[in-house]
Amino acid sequence: MANSLASMLEAKNGGGSCSELAATLKNTLDYDQLTNCMRCGFCLPACPTFRETGIEAESPRGRIALMKAVADGLMDPDYAFETQMNHCLGCRACEPACPADVKYGQLLEQARDSVERHTVNHRWWVKLARKTAFDGVFPHQGRMRFLGGALQAYQRSGLRKLVRGSGLLKLFPKHMEQMERILPDASYRGVLEQMGSLHRAAGERVGTVGLFRGCIMDVLFTETNKHTVELLNAAGFDVVIPDTQNCCGALHAHSGEQAGAKELAKRNIAAFRAAGVDWIVSNAGGCGALLVEYDHLLHDEPEWAEGAAWFAKRTLDVSKLLVEHGRLQASAAAAVAAGKTQATAPSCGGSCGSGISFASADKVRITYQDSCHLRNVMRSPEAPRKLMRSVANAEFVELYESDRCCGSAGIYNLTQPDMAGQILDHKMDHVKRTEAHYLLTSNPGCLLQMKLGIEKHGMSGRMQAVHLVDFLHERLCKTEH
Amino acid sequence: MLHDTVKSKLRAIVGDRWFKDDPESLITHSYDGTPMLQSLPDGVIYPENTAQVSAIMKVLQEHRAPVVSRGSGTNLCGGTVPVEGGIVMVMHRMNRILEVDLENLTATVQPGLITKQFSTHVEGLGLFYPPDPGSMAISTIGGNIAECSGGLRGLKYGTTKDYVIGLEAVLANGEIIRTGGKLMKDVAGYDLTKLLVGSEGTLAVITEATLKLIPPPKTKKTMLAMYKDLYGAARTVSKIIENRIIPATLEFLDNPTIRVVDDFAKLGLPLDMDAILLIEQDGDPETVERDIALIADICRSENAERVSIAANDEEGLKLMTARRSAFTALARLRPTTILEDATVPRSKIAEMVLAINEIAARHQVTICTFGHAGDGNLHPTATTDARDKDEIHRVEQAFEEIFEAAIQLGGTITGEHGVGLVKAPYLEWKIGAAGIEMMRGIKLAFDPNNILNPGKMFAKASRKRVVLRHG
Ligand SMILES: Cc1cc2nc3c(=O)[nH]c(=O)nc-3n(C[C@H](O)[C@H](O)[C@H](O)COP(=O)(O)OP(=O)(O)OC[C@H]3O[C@@H](n4cnc5c(N)ncnc54)[C@H](O)[C@@H]3O)c2cc1C
Ligand code: SF4
Ligand code: SF4
Repeated sequence: MANSLASMLEAKNGGGSCSELAATLKNTLDYDQLTNCMRCGFCLPACPTFRETGIEAESPRGRIALMKAVADGLMDPDYAFETQMNHCLGCRACEPACPADVKYGQLLEQARDSVERHTVNHRWWVKLARKTAFDGVFPHQGRMRFLGGALQAYQRSGLRKLVRGSGLLKLFPKHMEQMERILPDASYRGVLEQMGSLHRAAGERVGTVGLFRGCIMDVLFTETNKHTVELLNAAGFDVVIPDTQNCCGALHAHSGEQAGAKELAKRNIAAFRAAGVDWIVSNAGGCGALLVEYDHLLHDEPEWAEGAAWFAKRTLDVSKLLVEHGRLQASAAAAVAAGKTQATAPSCGGSCGSGISFASADKVRITYQDSCHLRNVMRSPEAPRKLMRSVANAEFVELYESDRCCGSAGIYNLTQPDMAGQILDHKMDHVKRTEAHYLLTSNPGCLLQMKLGIEKHGMSGRMQAVHLVDFLHERLCKTEH
Repeated sequence: MLHDTVKSKLRAIVGDRWFKDDPESLITHSYDGTPMLQSLPDGVIYPENTAQVSAIMKVLQEHRAPVVSRGSGTNLCGGTVPVEGGIVMVMHRMNRILEVDLENLTATVQPGLITKQFSTHVEGLGLFYPPDPGSMAISTIGGNIAECSGGLRGLKYGTTKDYVIGLEAVLANGEIIRTGGKLMKDVAGYDLTKLLVGSEGTLAVITEATLKLIPPPKTKKTMLAMYKDLYGAARTVSKIIENRIIPATLEFLDNPTIRVVDDFAKLGLPLDMDAILLIEQDGDPETVERDIALIADICRSENAERVSIAANDEEGLKLMTARRSAFTALARLRPTTILEDATVPRSKIAEMVLAINEIAARHQVTICTFGHAGDGNLHPTATTDARDKDEIHRVEQAFEEIFEAAIQLGGTITGEHGVGLVKAPYLEWKIGAAGIEMMRGIKLAFDPNNILNPGKMFAKASRKRVVLRHG
C-alpha cells in the first residue's frame, strides 16, 4: 500500500523529487518511535494546539504521521511541514498521555534539527538573529552577562522611559511591545558574582547540591537564584555554584540546534563532576527537563555515556529536592506528607524543632501554573503543590487546567504570537476565576508569560505572578537547629 | 481523483479555510486507530452545520464522489480509512450541546462533541450518560453512535444504542431526515434510529442526536477476585448472573495479561493466577453492600484464591488499576498492538480463552486477552511489529481462527468495534449470505450510488471459513 500512496501523493503534488531535507529526516528520525505510535489518539485531548484548532495535523498523532510519511518517502517535507513542526509548543503534554510511551519530544527535536539544517524558508534576519543568539550569546556566560548589563543599562538609564514614551515600540509587533513592558529588571552580576561559589548548610548537613544557575534565569531572575541558595542552605544543604557551568542548551535543542546543545551539555557535565555534588538542582523547569535528558542528548557519543548518565540521574527540581530530602520542620513535613490544603499554625514563633517551615503573615490565596517541562518531562507535579500546601496562612487553590501549557514554551510566544496569545487568553480566564493573590510558577518562561497575561487582562492590581522559590523564601519562617 | 470543479463547489459551501487538499491534510486523514492501514483521500472538509452537510452531499452525489464521515478517527476497524479516496468529512466543528432537557431527561447534541465532555457536563447537572468506551476522552458522540460503542458499564447499562432515541441525518442525496425524538415510546414505522446506530457511516451522515439520560447511581463498590482455575472464573461470571445480580462492571484479565500488567504497574499480582475478575456494583448503598457480599461468596465457592473488596473509593480506584493498565502495559510491550474484539456467550468465556491461547501458541504469536467478561466481549490483543511481515501474517491467520472459534461457540466477530474494513471479509460468517443480501438491499435504498463510506462493511469477497483444529 505504501508505494501506491507515494505515487498518489506525487501525482497530487505534480511530481517533485526527494529533497535534501527529506534525506536528512529519513536518517535522523527514530523509526522505532515512529512505529511505536499506534495512532490510538489518546494524546489528542492533551495537546493545546489540537484543542485550539481541532485539526488533526495540529495534534501529536498528526505530527507523528507527517514525520512518518516523510520517513516512508510518502511525502516531501514542504513549507507546511516545517510550519507544522514549528507550531508545536514542545510542551510534551502528549507524552504522559501516551499508552505506548512514544518519545514525542525526541522525535520533535530530531525533526526540528533536520529542518534547521536545510531550511530555505527563514528570512535572512531571522537566520542572523538565531545565529547570534545560539552561537554568539547563549553559550557564553560572559556575553550573557554583558547582554544583561546592556538591558540593565537600558532599563535604568532614561532610555527605557524615552523609548516607551516615544512610541518607538509601536514599530515592533504588538507582542514584542508587551514583552518589553513585563521584562523584569536585568542584572549584570549573576548569583555567582554576587554571592560567591560555596554556601554552607545551616546546621547539620544533609548533602551537597550543585546549583544550576541557568542563563536567562541568572540574568533576569538573579534574586530567585539567590533565594534558591538560601532556601537550600536553610533546609540543610551545602550549595556549590560551579563557575564553569553554562547554558543548559534547551533553547538550542528545542529549536533544532542539536550540535550546539551537545557542546553545552558536555561542558556542564564536566563542571558539575569536578564539583563532586550529590544532587544537581534546577529552579527552571525548562532547563531541568533538558538536564535530566542529557543521557539521551548524548546517546550517540559513547565516551560521554557514563558522565551523561551520572548527570541526568542526580538532576532534580528544587521543589522535589526540598520535599524529598530537605530538612523540613516536623509540622511542615507532616503537612507535606498529608498533602494538607492549609497548614493551621499561623506562625511558628521560633520554638518548634529543627528544619524550615513556611508561614504567611497575612491570609493569602495562592494558585499554581505548572511548568510543562517540570510536569511532563521531569514528571514532578506533586512536589511544588506539597510545598505550597505546607505554607501556614496560605490557601492553595488548584488552577483549572494548570497542567496545560500557558503558551510561553521557550521562544514560542515570540515566534508564534497568534497561537500563543490565544492559549494565554484561555489560561487567563481560568486564572481569573481562582481569585488568587499570587500566581506561582516554576520556570522563568512561564513566569514572564503569566506576568504578560496579568498585564494584558488588566489584573495587575489584584494579582502577582511570582516564582515559587521567591514566594517560599519570603515566607521562610524558621531555621533553628 | 476529484475534479477541480468539485473542489471549488465544496470550497464555496464551507469557505476556503475549511476545505483542504494539501499533502499535510491528506496524510493526516489517511489513517485511524487501526494498525497498518493507510489510504489517501482527495480532500478534507469541515462542515459547520447541517445545511452545509446537506449541500456537500448534493455536490458529492452529483459527482459520485465517495465521502467518509469522521469523528476522531479512533475506531479500530479501518472505519475511516478512505480506501476509495474521495472526501473525508470531519465533524469536529459540529460539537455543541444543543439542549439538556431536565424535564424529559434527554440531551440533544451535535455529532462532533467529545463523549467525555458530554458525560462530564451532564454529571455536573446531576445526571448520568452511561456509555463509556475506553476511548471516550477523545472519541465523539457521532463516532460512538456510528459504531454503537460499548464500555465497561455495558453489562448493566447497555451500550450506545440503548441511549440514542432520536437522530437527524443527511442522506446520500442531501435530504435531511429526522428519526425518533424525545419520545420514550414510538412505533410509527420502521425503527430508523436503531438502523442508523451502528451503520458505520455507510447509510447517512448523522448531524444531531437526542440521547437518553438517567439518574446517577448513589454509590459504588469495587472488588477483585483471583483464580488459578480459568473455569472457576468463568463459572463465577455465569453464577453471578444466574443469581440475578447484574454488576455495573465485570471485567476479565487472563494470565498473559496479568504478567504484563504486573511487570508494568508493579501491583504485586500473583503471576501463577490464570484469571482475574474485576467487579464493580453501583446503586443504593444497601443493595450494593448486599450484592458485593453475595458476589464475594460466589467467587469463594468457585475456588477463587483471593478476594479483595475495596474499603473505600480510593482503594476501589487502586483495584481498577489492573484493568486500566492492561492496555497501556500491552501497548508498551512491542511496537504494534492489535486490539481485537471477539464476543461469545458469557458461559463460553473459559473455552474461548483456551481456544485463543491454543491458537496463539500454534502460530507462535503473543496474544493477551482481557475484556468485558460480563457481556462475553473479549479483547484478544496481539503485541507484534508491523515491520516483521512474516509475524504479521501469522497474527492475521491467528485472528482469523479466533473469529472462527468465536462463531463456533455461538459468538460474533465484533462486540463493539464494528465491521469496517477489517472485519468485512468475515461478516458473512456471522450473518450468512441471505443476511448480507438483506443488508446490501438496505444500503442500496439509502445510498444507491455507493458514495457513503464505500468499501466498508461489505467485502468484495468473503473469507472461506478455516477448519479449526483444537489442541
Ligand atoms: C485505545 C482504544 C480504546 C477503545 N475502547 C473502546 C471501547 O471500550 N468500546 C468501544 O466500543 N470502542 C472502543 N474503541 C474504538 C473507538 O474508539 C470507537 O469505535 C469510537 O466510537 C470511535 O469514535 P470516533 O469519534 O473516533 O469515530 P471515528 O473513528 O472517526 O469513526 C468511526 C465510524 O463512525 C463513522 N462516523 C463518525 N462520525 C459520523 C457521523 N457523524 N455520521 C455518520 N457516521 C459517522 C465513521 O465513518 C466510522 O465508520 C477504542 C479505541 C481505542 C483506540
Ligand atoms: S497517544 Fe501515543 S500511540 Fe497514541 S496516537 Fe498519540 S503518540 Fe501515538
Ligand atoms: S508537545 Fe505539546 S503542542 Fe506539541 S504535540 Fe505534544 S502536546 Fe501538542
